Formats: sequence, structure tokens, C-alpha cells
Amino acid sequence: MKKYNQFKAMLSISKASFRSITRSPSAVVFSLAFPLIFIIVFGFIGKGGGVYVDVCVKPGSDTQNPIYKALSSNSVINFKKTESEAEMDSDLYKGRTDAILYIQKNNVNGNNFQPPFTINLQTSNASQEKGQILEMIINDIISHMNAAMLTNVPTLAELKTTQVTVHREYKTIDFILPGQLGFSMLSAGVFGTAFVFYNLRSTLVLKRFFATPIRREYIVLGECLSRLVFQLIGATIIIGIGWAVFGFTLVHGFVTIAQMLILSVIGLIIFMGMGFVVSGVAKNESTIPPLANIFTLPQFLLAGTFFPISAFPLWLQPICKILPLTYLNDAMRKVAFEGSSFFNPVVGKDILILFAWGVVVYFVAVKTFKWE
Amino acid sequence: MAVSKPIIISVKDLVKNYGDFQAVKGVSFDVFENEIFGLLGPNGAGKTTSLEIMETLRKKTSGTVLIDGLSVDNDQNAIKKIIGVQLQAAGYYPSLTLLELLNLFSGLYNVEIDKMAMLTKVGLQDKAKSKYKALSGGQKQRFSICTTLINEPKIVFLDEPTTGLDPQARRNLWDLIRDIRNNGTTVVITTHYMDEAENLCDRVAIVESGNIIALDTPDSLIDKLVATGFERKKEVKKANLEDVFLNLTGQEWRDE
Repeated sequence: MKKYNQFKAMLSISKASFRSITRSPSAVVFSLAFPLIFIIVFGFIGKGGGVYVDVCVKPGSDTQNPIYKALSSNSVINFKKTESEAEMDSDLYKGRTDAILYIQKNNVNGNNFQPPFTINLQTSNASQEKGQILEMIINDIISHMNAAMLTNVPTLAELKTTQVTVHREYKTIDFILPGQLGFSMLSAGVFGTAFVFYNLRSTLVLKRFFATPIRREYIVLGECLSRLVFQLIGATIIIGIGWAVFGFTLVHGFVTIAQMLILSVIGLIIFMGMGFVVSGVAKNESTIPPLANIFTLPQFLLAGTFFPISAFPLWLQPICKILPLTYLNDAMRKVAFEGSSFFNPVVGKDILILFAWGVVVYFVAVKTFKWE
Repeated sequence: MAVSKPIIISVKDLVKNYGDFQAVKGVSFDVFENEIFGLLGPNGAGKTTSLEIMETLRKKTSGTVLIDGLSVDNDQNAIKKIIGVQLQAAGYYPSLTLLELLNLFSGLYNVEIDKMAMLTKVGLQDKAKSKYKALSGGQKQRFSICTTLINEPKIVFLDEPTTGLDPQARRNLWDLIRDIRNNGTTVVITTHYMDEAENLCDRVAIVESGNIIALDTPDSLIDKLVATGFERKKEVKKANLEDVFLNLTGQEWRDE
């Protein structure tokens, strides 16, 4: 009798499982549709970008002076069209506008010490930063014009500025896409694996497999292999669309893509481990989503998927720094945008932490996984 | 028939305890090669547990079980290669077609098979490209039995194969099971249907609360009972309602 080939048996499970995944709407939605939607939405939001100061101009304000003209042509200043003084005041008190401007032309009468114009600026405590920006801009305009008017006055220092152009422009997509790849791996790994193994076990598909000569570990490996392949295809599609449509930066081209896929695999393996834990612990199908969310929601929100973790307050930072997805996202961004290799110390540290997480997760998974 | 057939399954003093509960209390029986052997009894009698122990799906507490001379404790993989198993209410990947599922099992058993021929054997050739979840209950049972034959097993274990099926489907499944036996395979089935045991099985073991209380051919069991002076309460007619139904509606496979 021919020797039984476990590998061949495992591959037939992978093939069947892969077909099953591609025919499951939720797998396609979570792995592909959601990340792409987020990328499209955030990609288009990103194109706006920039600091704006909303300024209302009080009726009766002088608009013929050079300062007003300089403000109008400044791209940071956004003059809001409001009708009445009452509406302006209301907007300022409600925080809908950053400042109210009133420029009055003074009756100088030959007095050289009285400035020809007084600029009245009203801001709110909600718009302190923007108010300060506006003040700086106005002061800057005034000092430039003073310097032009009074050419022989000695000055303490003069300011010379130069501007360099960056090698690569960091676009919003460069931040968002790696986060979405991580999100795709996370949801597929935890939810997908949890549901699949729970169902295989409860519908006795697993039991039927036990009656064949295949070893149990090979059943699990076969399932994991199919999910890995499916996710890698999805990741490639996501990277492809990001690059082609949104100009996602791939510093070293195909090498970068390969690095990102390897990182995706590492992340996926960890998240599948979490899925195994959920499938073993869940008592019935309706407890799977809440259990899975314990693993996914904190990472979804706090791992720098949609915005940097520096945006969170200090007391939240330690939690952000424990989550595996945080390190996956960080490594992905460094690899994609800065072209770092895996031997770069920062990326290397990210990968080591991921491996440590993997060990912990699989230790728990082995203890909690149920075969029937 | 007086011909003595070789023993292919040997069970001696089989005990299975689930904690304090004694599901199987020390049963012994032999199954001859190429017979249809039935374990008959109500739900909870210990039939499925005994079956699963023979199928190497469950560990026994004590006793000896030899399948074709192989021990269920030590030679599990060798046993799995020569048996086919149909579980009660088992599923498959629901969104796969029957052909794709047969592909899966041919890989799991490391064998090449003629898939359409296998489906034709159970009357499912028209459903080859249908998804498993689209099949009716009877069709799912037939497909299950189909998967038991993939590795051309010496023994096929069927756990309550006709539960939930309508009269036509039951009769046709019985024919299928007889064909399997006639091809040289040994069949072990569990059932709680008396007519199934009477019609189908060569020998029957009556199981109750973890014990075998009788083991013989159906005819012998009935003869022995009649010999004690037993008389049926109701007058036995020459036909019953099931015969009427089948006579009126035909014996063919029905797509439910």
C-alpha cells in the first residue's frame, strides 16, 4: 500500500477551504471591501489638508488698506461670508469661526506717531491656536510693510528663509494604506478563523475529517494556508489600487511589496492565533462577535490605524504600545515610505515584538482550542 | 446460511464511561465479513458510542476492539484507511459543490476516484454541480453515504442512515446498502427503526442501556419469541399502510 501523504491531504483541505472562503460574502467584505472603502474615503479627505483660519470681517471695516489686501491673498486665511454683526458674534461664541476682524482707518491729522490703521482682532478661547497664527501673520505683514516704509532704520536682526523640497512627499495615503492592510489582516484573522473553526467543529465537518487518515495538525495547517493565500491576494489588490489610484509610495518597488506581504503574513499568523482562542472559548455562535471584538476593537482604535498614536493622551499611550497591531502598522509604514529593511533597528524591534506576541497567543490557543 | 464466515470486527467487554455515567457497560460481539450487522435500540442506549469507538473517533474506557485485526488503540491510522464512516447529522463545507467535496475526500484518502460514477451510484449525478447546502435532507444522506465509499473500504459504518427520510428514500437507501454489502463490503449500522433492522440486517444486536440483551438474525429472534407462546394483540393483515403508500406512489428516487 502506498504510504499516506499528509501533505497531499492537507492541500486538498486548503483547496476546499479556499473555495469556501471566496464564496463567503463576509470574508470578502471584511478583507477587501472595508479596507478599500476606508482607503478611498481617507484618500480623498487627505487631498484637502492644511491649516485654515476662519475669519469674519465686521461690517464697516476698511477693506482698502494694504494689510487687508495682504490677508486676502494669504492662503491660510479663509474669509467667511457672514451677513450681520449679530451672526458673526454668535458664530464666535459658538466656536464656528476663529476670529472677527475690524480694521479702522484712523484720522491721523499729520500726527506721525498715530498709526494710520488700527486692526481690531477678536478671538475665542476655542480658537487660541488659530488666533495666534492670525496674530503672527498680521504682525508679519505689518513689520514687512514697516521695513519697506522706513528704509534707514537700523534693525537688530534680519530673517533669511530657505525652503527645501522633500525627496518624497508624505501623503495621507502613505499613512492610511498600511493601517488598512493591518486592519484587513486583523479582521480576517480573528473573525474569519473564529467563525470557520467554530462552524467546522459544530457542524461535525471536523469530526468527519478525523475519520480519515489525516492528522489533526494538518487540518489546521490546511485551513490556515488557504486563509493566508486569500489574504495575500487581497493585500496585493489593496497595495495595487493604493499605488495606481492614490500614488501610494513604494520606495523600492517590488521589494517593498514583498516586504509588506511578509509583514502581512506575520501579522495574520498572530491574529489567526487569536481567532483560534475565540473559536475554542465561544459557547455558541452568537458569542463569537463580542469575544472577537475584545481582540479587534482596541487595536482598531488605538493601534494607529487611522491616525497616529501620538494623537492620544499620555495615559492611553502605554495601552497603545502593548498592542501587536501598533507594531505591525509601524513596521509597514517604515518599510513602505522610508524604504527600511528588516534589519533596520526600529523595524527589527517591531518584528521581534510581533514574534513575542505570536508565542504568547499560540501558547493560549493551544490550551483553549477545542476539537469537538 | 450455515457457512461460517471470518470475523472482521471483534469487540470484547467494551466499557465506556463518561465520568460517572456508564454509557456502555461491557458489551461483546463479533461482526462477520460481508454481512450487514445492526445495533438496534432506542436513543441513548449506547449504540452511537459503541460505533464511534469502533470508528476510532472516541477512546474506550476498557475492553478490546479489533477492526480487521487492527487495534483501535494502537493502529488508528491503518484502520482509518480501510473504513468508511457516515456520521449522524454531519455537515460539509456548505458552499462547495458535490464534485468539489468529492475532490476534497479523494485527497483526504489519497485516492483517485471516478467522481461521476460515485455520484451515479447514489443517484446524485444530476446534482454534481449543486452546492451541498442546496440539497434536501435525503440527498444529503445519500451524499454522505457516497463519501463513505471513496476509499473502497472493507467496512462501512452508518449511524442512523435513514432517520428523517421519507418512505421512498428509505427503501432506496436500503437497496443501496444491500448493494454495498453485495460488493463485498461489511456494513455496520445503528438504528432505532425496527423495520429497518428486520428488513436490512443479516444479524441484529438489541442494545438497551449500555447492554446487549439479544444478538441473532431477525428471523431467529422472531421465531424464538413466537415459540414462547407470544401472540400479537392486533390481527396481522397481509399488507400494511406503508405498502399501500409505496404501491400508489412508486418506488423511484424522489427529489424532495
